[in-house]
Amino acid sequence: MAVAAGIDCLRNQNRDRIDGLLFASTTPPYAEKQCASIIASALDLRRDIFTADITDVLRSGTAALKSALDSVTAGSAKQVLVVASDNRQGAPKGESERNSGDGAAAFIISDEETIADQAGFHTITESLMDTWRSAGDQFLRSWEDRFGIEEGLERILSEAVSGFLDKEELSLNDISKIALYSPDARRHSQLARQLGFREEQVQDPLFGRMGNTGAAFPLMLLANAMAEASPDQLILTVSYGDGSDVLGFRTTSNISRTRSSLGLSGYLDSGKVLDSYETYAKWRDIWITDSSSRRPQAQSPSVTAMWRESDQNIKFYGAVCNQCNYVQYPPQEVCVECRARDDYTAVRLSDKPGTVFTYSLDYLAGTVDTPLVIAVIDFDGGGRVLCMMTDREIEEIKIGLNVEMSFRKLRVVNGIHNYYWKAVPVRRPLGVINL
Amino acid sequence: MSGIKDRVAVIGMGCSKFGERWDSSSSDLIVEAAYEAFEDAGIEGKDVQAAWLGTVGSFRTGQPLAAALKLDYIPITRVENACATATDAFRNACYAVAAGIYDIVLAVGVEKLKDSGFSGLAVAEPAGSDVNPPVPPPSQFALAATRYFHQYDIPYEDGKMTLAQIAAKNHHNGTMSPKAHFQREVSVEQVANAPMVAWPLGLFDCCGVSDGAAAAIITTPEIAKTFRDDYILVKGLGLSVGAFGIMRNDWDFTHFPESVRASQAAYQEAGVSEPRQEIDLAMVHDCFTITELIIYEDLGFSPRGRASDDVSAGTFSLEGELPVNTDGGLKCFGHPIGASGIRMIYEVYKQLQGKAESRQVKDPTLGLTHNLGGRPGSFTCSVALFGTRD
Repeated sequence: MAVAAGIDCLRNQNRDRIDGLLFASTTPPYAEKQCASIIASALDLRRDIFTADITDVLRSGTAALKSALDSVTAGSAKQVLVVASDNRQGAPKGESERNSGDGAAAFIISDEETIADQAGFHTITESLMDTWRSAGDQFLRSWEDRFGIEEGLERILSEAVSGFLDKEELSLNDISKIALYSPDARRHSQLARQLGFREEQVQDPLFGRMGNTGAAFPLMLLANAMAEASPDQLILTVSYGDGSDVLGFRTTSNISRTRSSLGLSGYLDSGKVLDSYETYAKWRDIWITDSSSRRPQAQSPSVTAMWRESDQNIKFYGAVCNQCNYVQYPPQEVCVECRARDDYTAVRLSDKPGTVFTYSLDYLAGTVDTPLVIAVIDFDGGGRVLCMMTDREIEEIKIGLNVEMSFRKLRVVNGIHNYYWKAVPVRRPLGVINL
Repeated sequence: MSGIKDRVAVIGMGCSKFGERWDSSSSDLIVEAAYEAFEDAGIEGKDVQAAWLGTVGSFRTGQPLAAALKLDYIPITRVENACATATDAFRNACYAVAAGIYDIVLAVGVEKLKDSGFSGLAVAEPAGSDVNPPVPPPSQFALAATRYFHQYDIPYEDGKMTLAQIAAKNHHNGTMSPKAHFQREVSVEQVANAPMVAWPLGLFDCCGVSDGAAAAIITTPEIAKTFRDDYILVKGLGLSVGAFGIMRNDWDFTHFPESVRASQAAYQEAGVSEPRQEIDLAMVHDCFTITELIIYEDLGFSPRGRASDDVSAGTFSLEGELPVNTDGGLKCFGHPIGASGIRMIYEVYKQLQGKAESRQVKDPTLGLTHNLGGRPGSFTCSVALFGTRD
């Protein structure tokens, strides 16, 4: 999701101008090993950029935003990509599972051609055990919710927002929109009212459509608020978790420019519905399946091979032959067309549109995404790959279907999260998207 | 290049019962096949001067063949070449005899698939970055079927019926094959309506998974004459290995260049110019029904895109113009990978000798075997031609 948000954010942007990447999440796949570096590689960013994971707290999304803003303000970077992504897991059928959603948002923090400028910051830090997860815990834990709401959320956010207004010498009426964290829909409207905001000032939390997306939640609402904003509006984003961050942004005249990204609404409008809780539970690996009679257990991938092939597997580079211009994937030492040796230029295929050349629907190969769709994809401009397809309706799959590539986790073996690209039908938003 | 035609002869063959041989080890299967071959040739194990053992996963070296048959410190080489493994073991054995290095050699193919605990084909891949999608064999050939129907504008139902006719034909032949794993008829409707495995291929479009072994004794034609009158001669051996994978956008998935090239090589050695007219019977790699359909075209039996017409006309049935898979094929024998190629040669050998009992084709003089395996676009294919003695 972080890569998907990053790709959407970087559409029509020069990726080489990004000087840093901050990844925020409470659910990074590794306890030790950086994720920002994987994301930076998948996004094909430069090697000499600063990367960091900011984790462990719901506030990590705004913490990453604040750090990026500070870097750019201080001049240590010209452009920093901030990606917040979360997929928190509550216990099966429990309240936190019901309220949770997965999502990601990405922002480019820059000092030029901005669509919104930083306009104030305030923060509160207070350690409070309302939700937590220890190393090794599969599911979120929480204390009695009334304690968390009253002594945590309501008290701390009230202090943070009023502190912000005092510091910036603003009144509630100066705020056009507030992108406000809350664990669920009921608390959200209650909280906004208590803080003194009128209904039209509150950015739709979309709980019914996306749920509580954790560290990404306030950033996703902020992205949507900006997508809907006019110039010269003040937007607040308010996060929560062991305190609160309040960040203000004032939109510029660039905010009205048409952008090529799909944005939050584009993703929500092109979403698909899983057929059952069981399907969801299998995807989340909280449903025990017996696949042992089907295939041998997967062996650990070779880390050496993963490293050696990271350009082709993670950056998804193909090669174009310098002699005959034939595009091939994966890159070949000897050209598949003219046999020229070691004379090619890498070409990124991850953002190239493609079409299905042929496919099969395998009812035995997979245990989660059944039938497993194996497809041969031809990229516009050349190059062909055999890969899995996902996020698809079986009825829509046909020869000639337009697809795009999506960065996915294939499996976890030996504690190694193995990522690669799958083809997905091109997302078709219902309306024209501005952002 | 003088080619292999008429330079080596087969004087004995054996084939184990194929099936779920729970109570037999790979070595047991080797003994069963090899001793039938020894007896058929009228030799003993001690007469074998060199041997080739084809297996994909049952053994790592040639040594277990010596252990099973108590061969006498002779040179043994293990051969592994995907679904063409057994035929390639046979091929290498032929070349050693043709080169004049040995007089009598043994080629054995064996595979024990049913010890894995999995109902499908479970072959471990070497460690790598492990990002390639799982493409089990049914899906590999489903990719071809999907594209074949599309390219030739064949409605799905019609395509399924054509494939079903192929399965029904092979199952019919299998009822007359005492060594086959499956020996019962299936109807075209049963095949067409079977549960999906990898769309558009259903259960009966796929061959089974079995254990088995087969063996051949190879010598020179001159020596063969001293053993028997009805030895058979190798007429051509073609092997082609795909190089380009699916990296080329212009490969259509509806023909397998490896089959085309291997058959052309074998035809050239044998002097065959009109395969459909000259070949009397063929054992081809029907791992899936679509594979057999495409093979008809790749081997020059049917024009491109028109194999369905020949299927409907019964061209490839036991009584047809060019009987294919007279013993029931992989469809009925299953596919113990390292054994299949020599199992096919066994059927051609018996047919050319007129010993195929109720499956006997009338007076054949030239027979073909064909194996194809690997991944789409990078297959390994063997084609071999055999004839009666002059």
